[in-house]
Amino acid sequence: MLTILFDGIAYGMLLFVLACGLAVTLGLMNFVNLAHGSFAMAGGYITLILVNRIGVPFFAALPIAFLVTALIGAVFERTLYVHVYAKPHLDQVLFTIGLVFMSVAAVDYVMGSQQQYIQLPDMLHGQFTVLGVNVGKYRLLIIGICGLLTIALQLILAHTRFGSRLRAAVDDPRVASGLGIHVNGVFAVTFAVGSGLAGLGGALGAEILGLDPTFPLKFMIYFLIVVTVGGTSSITGPFLASLLLGIGDVAGKYYVPKFGAFVIYTIMIVVLIWRPQGLFARATAR
Amino acid sequence: MSRPLTYEVSRFLAERARWHPLEIAFWVAALASVFLLPAKHLILTEITVLALFALSLDLILGYSGIISLGHAAYFGFAGYVAGLLAKHAIVSEPVLALVVSGIAAAVLGFVTSFLVLRGSDLTRLMVTLGVSLVLREVANQLDTITGGADGLQGIVMAPVLGLFAFDISGHVAYVYCLLVLFVLFVVARRVVNSPFGLSLRSVKGNPLRASAVGISVNGRLVGIYTLAAGYAGIAGALLTQTTQFVSLDVLSFERSADVLLALVIGGTGYLYGGIIGAVLFKLMQDYLANLTPQYWQFWIGLVLVVIVLVGRDRMTGWLDQVRTYLARVSPRATRRVGAVGASPVDGD
Repeated sequence: MLTILFDGIAYGMLLFVLACGLAVTLGLMNFVNLAHGSFAMAGGYITLILVNRIGVPFFAALPIAFLVTALIGAVFERTLYVHVYAKPHLDQVLFTIGLVFMSVAAVDYVMGSQQQYIQLPDMLHGQFTVLGVNVGKYRLLIIGICGLLTIALQLILAHTRFGSRLRAAVDDPRVASGLGIHVNGVFAVTFAVGSGLAGLGGALGAEILGLDPTFPLKFMIYFLIVVTVGGTSSITGPFLASLLLGIGDVAGKYYVPKFGAFVIYTIMIVVLIWRPQGLFARATAR
Repeated sequence: MSRPLTYEVSRFLAERARWHPLEIAFWVAALASVFLLPAKHLILTEITVLALFALSLDLILGYSGIISLGHAAYFGFAGYVAGLLAKHAIVSEPVLALVVSGIAAAVLGFVTSFLVLRGSDLTRLMVTLGVSLVLREVANQLDTITGGADGLQGIVMAPVLGLFAFDISGHVAYVYCLLVLFVLFVVARRVVNSPFGLSLRSVKGNPLRASAVGISVNGRLVGIYTLAAGYAGIAGALLTQTTQFVSLDVLSFERSADVLLALVIGGTGYLYGGIIGAVLFKLMQDYLANLTPQYWQFWIGLVLVVIVLVGRDRMTGWLDQVRTYLARVSPRATRRVGAVGASPVDGD
């Protein structure tokens, strides 16, 4: 029971790191980025290449995956995404689906379509028991890293100048730019960091979520649920939504394996009927 | 006072609904393909099914602005219904089975519409995608009924109306699909040119103002969503009937994305977009799949990205020029220019 809770929390934390970038970009620019999973996949494959082929230590590969994905994100943002912000949602959806299809086929071409595994260091294998709870070492690592990241993100948002600029821009981009905040610049940085976090999540999650070219398609719905259930006005909402989704998914797959896949959709439907604007969303005009 | 006004209104509606020579030419060309391209009937059948599917998406996207990522839900659901009806000989006559499948999909559409209509664009994306994924999972789990990942095998179709048996080269199938498409197109044309269709446009334009002039916004959206689900269902049932096979693939996300792409290539909001788009999409897909059998999705993705970057308005801009030209040669068509113009879909 507690083991499932533990696994669920690890899973949820992972989902949060994967999806929080999406939540912020969505809240900031009202931009629907379905290709967010592609960045996560990029992070996973970068780590795979670094660790399995070049022999970089796993812990050194993680920050590299973050940085490279962030860089890819920044380049894409400045060259392609920037043209699509002002367009209607339909265009954004089409554009990002196109990117997803391209990334899926490109990764398939370069890396092959089979499921791949990152060689983890030996110290991360296995599990130990604390007070009757089976603690997987790798999952503990995920909770540790993601927990630290969450705290760091919260601190950055709440206590730095950049954080307050970002919050101002999310609240009302027009007024924020009127006050001299460079909204586009803030957004570019946020987009890059969000992509980087997705890449880090993809790298960490390859062991649990699996890594193959269809990754962006498989997890698109998870990201959408996190963002819609959690709302986009803060990072607390997506965080709680991720935990709910992670624990629900793991528990569902464990207790009712036959219907495990439906648990997340049930959560989604219940939330939608109960709170159409999302569980933690503030009632805003937008 | 009110009589001249109602007269004006009905005259205006009749004017909008009048068939244009170009439209007649279009359908004559479609009819001609039956006789002139007998060797291509298999791919033409696929095109016709996709055209009907895209037409149904146009009803909700082009006429009411709902973006769906899971329109395959209704397509696939009715596909399975049609397959099961034929396999277990519950309703063996294809046309009747088609109607039953369509109604089944419409009922599903009606039920799910209440979920779809909640919240913003983002919520709709999630819900439509979620609904199609749930159905796919259901079809996967109920493998004793649906055949699971292997697909539903052993479907044998009875002759259409008890007279025309499906042949191996697909002549009957094509004529059958084309007739269904034409009939449903005429109905859809009637619907969008009716007062109901006009009120839909106003809902799409500005839901708040529409409700202020007394239009029940949710009622209209539920109505058109149900109708579109029924259309998608009939398209799915047609696919099952003509291929005598149905698999999980009919419920996949790729299918929803393909139909969206087909519709966007043709342009939204004037009914022909889906049909023209289906032709272009299938030809493109055929060409790309021959070029790179495994990686054609990459090029489809590239097409999507390019369409958006170039701008959808400019992609379908040549149609506007055709219309302006027509307006110049026949003054009667002037009023139609604004009426059937491919207006960009606003997501806000």
